[in-house]
Amino acid sequence: MIEFKNVSKTYPNGTKGLKDINVTINPGEFVVIVGLSGAGKSTFLRSINRLHEVTEGEIFVGGTSITKANGKQLRRMRRDIGMIFQQFNLVKRTTVINNVLSGRVGYHSTFRTMLGIYPKADTELALQSLERVNLVEKAYTRSDQLSGGQQQRVSIARTLAQEAKVILADEPVASLDPLTTTQVMDDLKKINQELGITTIVNLHFIDIARQYATRIIGLNAGEIVFDGPVEEATDQKLAEIYGQKLETTEEEAKEVPYVATS
Amino acid sequence: MIRPQKPKKKIGLYILIYGSLLLLYIWAFSGVPMDGFKDTAGQISKAIFSGIFSPDWDYVYLPEGEDLLRGLLDTLAIAVLGTFISAILCIPFAFWASKNMNRARFTTGTGKFMLSFIRTFPELVMALLFIKAVGPGSFAGVLALGLHSIGMLGKLFSEEVEVIDPGPSEALAATGANKIQTLRLAVLPQVLPGFISYTLYRFEINLRSASILGIIGAGGIGTPLIFAMQSRDWERVGIILLGIIVMVVLVDMISGFLRKRVV
Amino acid sequence: MSQLAEPLRPTPPRKLKLYFTIFLLALFLFASAYQTNSTFSELLTGLPNMTGLLVDMVPPNWAYINNITPAMLETIRMAVVGTTIGAVFAIPIALFSASNVFQSFWIWYPVRFVLNLVRTIPELLLAAIFVAIFGLGPLPGIFALGIFSVGIIAKLTYEAIESIDKGPLESMTAVGANKLQWIRCAVIPQISAHFITYVLYTFEVNIRAAAILGLVGAGGIGLYYDRTLGFLEYDKVSTIILFTLVVVLIIDYFSGKLREKLL
Ligand SMILES: Nc1ncnc2c1ncn2[C@@H]1O[C@H](COP(=O)(O)OP(=O)(O)OP(=O)(O)O)[C@@H](O)[C@H]1O
Ligand SMILES: [Mg+2]
Repeated sequence: MIEFKNVSKTYPNGTKGLKDINVTINPGEFVVIVGLSGAGKSTFLRSINRLHEVTEGEIFVGGTSITKANGKQLRRMRRDIGMIFQQFNLVKRTTVINNVLSGRVGYHSTFRTMLGIYPKADTELALQSLERVNLVEKAYTRSDQLSGGQQQRVSIARTLAQEAKVILADEPVASLDPLTTTQVMDDLKKINQELGITTIVNLHFIDIARQYATRIIGLNAGEIVFDGPVEEATDQKLAEIYGQKLETTEEEAKEVPYVATS
Repeated sequence: MIRPQKPKKKIGLYILIYGSLLLLYIWAFSGVPMDGFKDTAGQISKAIFSGIFSPDWDYVYLPEGEDLLRGLLDTLAIAVLGTFISAILCIPFAFWASKNMNRARFTTGTGKFMLSFIRTFPELVMALLFIKAVGPGSFAGVLALGLHSIGMLGKLFSEEVEVIDPGPSEALAATGANKIQTLRLAVLPQVLPGFISYTLYRFEINLRSASILGIIGAGGIGTPLIFAMQSRDWERVGIILLGIIVMVVLVDMISGFLRKRVV
Repeated sequence: MSQLAEPLRPTPPRKLKLYFTIFLLALFLFASAYQTNSTFSELLTGLPNMTGLLVDMVPPNWAYINNITPAMLETIRMAVVGTTIGAVFAIPIALFSASNVFQSFWIWYPVRFVLNLVRTIPELLLAAIFVAIFGLGPLPGIFALGIFSVGIIAKLTYEAIESIDKGPLESMTAVGANKLQWIRCAVIPQISAHFITYVLYTFEVNIRAAAILGLVGAGGIGLYYDRTLGFLEYDKVSTIILFTLVVVLIIDYFSGKLREKLL
């Protein structure tokens, strides 16, 4: 369970990233966060694992405050939260399996990591994770030889190897074409359903959101302007909130005017 | 009113630059002593040339030691060890001096200053000081190269660290990795090929330096060379010069090949 | 499911190459340490000497600056003259080495070959040879720096020439220019700025080199290391070092400014 309690975030330059957010996300949910560029989607997601610090309020993950966690506790909590990035963030020069295994470091001592040797069980887990995203045959390939969609699935496998209880995905398909988009989103959905991992995904596109989410949260200028099941997120409703701006295809989405925050 | 004056100013600047350059040249060339020629100069040059073209082949290998091969081996060993030491020692400096690893401007600045300070301190002078500390011989040469090369390698390494992709580090932090684990798994794989390539490049430079360290007594082929020169044994000078050239060319080739492989 | 999938799993690659590389490196290092007598105990015994020496170096003997200023000026003079000689000779050599100026392999290859050979000889070694020929003084130093500069400037310049725009070359050929006109109108304008930058860069390198040439008797401030170290006057040594560092940094600064201005 993830709880936001009166959370606000003001960037050092005065921009309000989040404004007094109160929201609870339950275990097993597949939540999609939608909103225009600059709405605060990344800020929202990154404050959950504290890649961004919030300036007010508190966030609880599994009942513990991550906001108040100190260095060691924070790392222990991050271990249970997997993250997937728009730019994949793989170490390109190393093999796929090494990237997947890097999800395991939270479980090991610094010394062991320095040697770069993992227990057998970890390798097995990594291979199984790769099997789940249908990439096991690429295990010993260098990551930069993979296509974008494949790289993104490697980073999904990394969160699986991490045995995360929550997966955060910040625009995981924004740099992919429609076909690979489907593959990646299908993988995320399958993992969410089979393993019951709470999944929170940021998306630009409302049609993909509707297709996969169990719940949609709409953000605008750092505030929650919509929160409800997919069925309630009708075109009409969203048009009311965003004007006609929330688009459904990539080409048009690029022309969406940037929403300035006050 | 302002505009027409602008070119004038520029002309003034050029006059200043070229004028001071001219003065510098007059000063520099007028001070060169042209009477310094020894009358034997022509004779000696001829002797050196004939020495180089009829080198003392026997010196290549002498059973009792102190020959060309052993001198070159010593030179190579000094360069290998000195380069390795500096490659290890400069890593902390590199991270210290790179912008993306330090948020504080101050630390980066001091790191960069340290490195440029070490760089301007000549290795030969370092070798002289190390000779005073550990006595004459190869070890002083190793230490001098090891210390001096930190300056350049640290600078190159820190530039390499500055251009890495921050994404993987962020991804690792998000899995709950600590600082050192992030360095090992996200930063190291990105910078290692660059580090190796620069180290090889520095090795090429250090080999040249190592071949002259012996002139001041810090080991390597330089010592027999300066002895041969002082005793005017030009055939021996010839073979040593040939040996140095061949070794440097070979090592450059191998190192260049390896550098292409690692990237 | 896992049983079905298992045969599809690729086999991990052998790490033989990595282990072999590490083994080879370790072997090199041990052999080098053995050859040069480099051990930690040696370092530890030397360390007290080193610290004692460093302590003796402070405070520097500031009054000594007056004694070494003429030598410092001589160092600068050597660098100026040496670089200039090198720059002048580098021009034809760079042109002959550029494969797009003289397309015939039989011209550029031999020239480049000799150039590369010359570049393998360290400047101090050149200086030692010239000292043997001309005797002590700044003259051998100037010649050594000149040859050394030809190596650097000609190499950088011919590489720049080879990367210039082909258009002007072709249009000069088209108007029927002879080789000299062709070079003057199509090549020179395209590389002159680069050339000046390289000359200034070489000058910065030469100032550092000139400061140590005195160690083999080739003039300049390097001579004073021998004098002061011989008498264990470490406060004077540190004065020489600091004075040289300051001069080098000042010259670097102005040379850098000039490079910006001229480009
Ligand atoms: N490091 C930062 N410093 C200052 N302001 C920032 C910073 N990061 C984000 N912001 C601002 O905070 C607001 C929310 O940004 P955020 O990145 O969360 O938006 P987003 O919804 O993820 O947008 P996008 O869809 O373009 O990724 C924006 O106005 C942005 O300009
Ligand atoms: Mg975003």
